[in-house]
Amino acid sequence: MTIRVKFFASLREQVGVSEREIGSDGINTVEDVWKEVTDGMTMPANVLIAINMEYVEGGSHVADGTEVAFFPPVTGG
Amino acid sequence: MHIEIRSENFSAWECLAAYEQEQAAQQHGKYGATAVFVGTMRDFNEGDDVTVMSLEHYPGMTEGYLKRICEEAESRWQIQDSLIIHRVGDVLPADAIVLVAVWSAHRADAFDASRYLMEELKSRAPFWKKERLVQGNERWVEKNTPDPGAEGLGKDI
Repeated sequence: MTIRVKFFASLREQVGVSEREIGSDGINTVEDVWKEVTDGMTMPANVLIAINMEYVEGGSHVADGTEVAFFPPVTGG
Repeated sequence: MHIEIRSENFSAWECLAAYEQEQAAQQHGKYGATAVFVGTMRDFNEGDDVTVMSLEHYPGMTEGYLKRICEEAESRWQIQDSLIIHRVGDVLPADAIVLVAVWSAHRADAFDASRYLMEELKSRAPFWKKERLVQGNERWVEKNTPDPGAEGLGKDI
């Protein structure tokens, strides 16, 4: 089973990934997802995280089949 | 309530007039105050000349978040209607970036709700700006300018 992972804006450029699907085996939290995709890169302190397009806090549980997104502070308007 | 993400330049005032025309059937005579905010692109930022700005969003989450803050505004203030139009893609100086309008029976609710929408949009709605400077280099805008007058108005939802 899989988890879809997305990165936006400057984080997408830093990580070098826009979107990727990963296996859900061994994945419990958003930190596990980050580690799986970023190859050891440190997660920025100001990162924003969403699961299924809803903001979540660090440490949140990631269920199978969900979409997890990482992005920098927002700058719209 | 109407939320829209546009990838082409738009005239905020024409959109507003067209929307008022559409809503007239249900809302005509119900509101006594319309508060409108239009954000446009500056040709300068942090002391540098900016030639073009690229706006990115998170399709699906951005629209959902904007809808949620409009619903929150409707529950907190007595408002008849709300409208948010936001640009994505390449934006040029003087182009509209965002239009927020709120219709209410009275001005206080219209002002407060529109201010709330703008502050929530700027602090939490998933949009990101990358600017190209006159020298040709590009940089991500890292944070929005805080508005001291809006302290305590917005709250995370």
